[in-house]
Amino acid sequence: MNFFELFVIFISAMLINNILLIRFIALCSFFGISNSFKSSIGMSFAVIFVMILATSVSWPVYHFLLLPLKIEFLRTVSFILIIASLVQFVELFMKKYFIPLYHALGIYLPLITTNCAILAVAFLNIDYNYNFLEAIVYTLGVSFGYTFAIVLFASIRERIDIAPVPEFLKGYPIIFFTAALMALAFMGFAGLFGIH
Amino acid sequence: MTKTIIKTFLNGILYENPILIILIGLCPTLACSSSLSDAIGMGISVTFVLVCSNVIISSIRKLVPSEIRIPVFIVIIATFVTITDYTIQAYFPALSKSLGVFIPLIVVNCIILGRAEAFAYKNNVILSFVDGIGMGLGFTIAICGLAFIRELLGNGTLFGSKPFFSNPILMFILPPGAFIGIGILISIWQYIKKTSTPKIKPCNGCSLSSICYHENMEKK
Repeated sequence: MNFFELFVIFISAMLINNILLIRFIALCSFFGISNSFKSSIGMSFAVIFVMILATSVSWPVYHFLLLPLKIEFLRTVSFILIIASLVQFVELFMKKYFIPLYHALGIYLPLITTNCAILAVAFLNIDYNYNFLEAIVYTLGVSFGYTFAIVLFASIRERIDIAPVPEFLKGYPIIFFTAALMALAFMGFAGLFGIH
Repeated sequence: MTKTIIKTFLNGILYENPILIILIGLCPTLACSSSLSDAIGMGISVTFVLVCSNVIISSIRKLVPSEIRIPVFIVIIATFVTITDYTIQAYFPALSKSLGVFIPLIVVNCIILGRAEAFAYKNNVILSFVDGIGMGLGFTIAICGLAFIRELLGNGTLFGSKPFFSNPILMFILPPGAFIGIGILISIWQYIKKTSTPKIKPCNGCSLSSICYHENMEKK
């Protein structure tokens, strides 16, 4: 295991295969939460936090429980239950012991259960046959890519609110066109450091 | 009774179309619409899971206490998603490869959990079945419409046939094309909606209307 391979995984997950703009995962939160800069930052930190927790639980469960018992077909059911109960548990734990953190991230945590990015990363770690270290680096890359894209997009959307927009493009269509331009920009990262 | 059934059926396709009007379930719509065959595969999978979960949930709705209904819904949906996933892997390996992680991700698709919560938990089995078919068809129509635009403009083909013209606009099968395609579809729908119901606003035609105080007050 050398450092460069991990770096390739990280850059590929964060920029080249950005989970929001290139892979189209977690678009509900992308369009739903990005209407204010502050909430997009709160959501991003909650996603980073829960995604790393979810990977560090779901990877061992698959490799040390489901594979030895030959019940891989329970992957979908077990992962969604693990993530939903994990989020509930973390929320209760934070409410009791880390009150400032709970006030910062609290309202975003229940939303994360239905955020498909968390579940998708758990599946992709298995599909790509990553070992535990690679899975954690991949998760970090994906969650940083999520943060990068959603914070940029929220900043642009604050400008769109005061821009003169043609009548039939008001609301969602202009937001989709903006996302298209951002996706075009992110495609420019392909080939960075020779990674595809 | 027949009237209610027809109304429920059309509701999913026209009045509450999940993609074009409510804008939920966008991830599979954008990701699996680069070719028409992928789009039809995704549409049928979602329709199957939606109809089965609606029927099961509405038939056990009186047995499930409301406090634990969401976990119960999720387990039922996940079961049908697993069935779909393994069926596609066994009989359509090429489709399974191109749809990839989006088949297991049907489990967190907002359309399915949303219909379970908003419709199947409150209505009888027949109506829930019809609602599932209507919503599934609405989803399939929207995703196929988007795939039609993207495959024709981006690749010049339909269902992977011989190209109809040379020099297609490559961008439409790449990720930005998906956003542009859905933006065009929604703006066409907004145009139809606004022109069919004329409304006269006091500020209409004013060049400052988009930033004006009155307009912003109306939105709030």
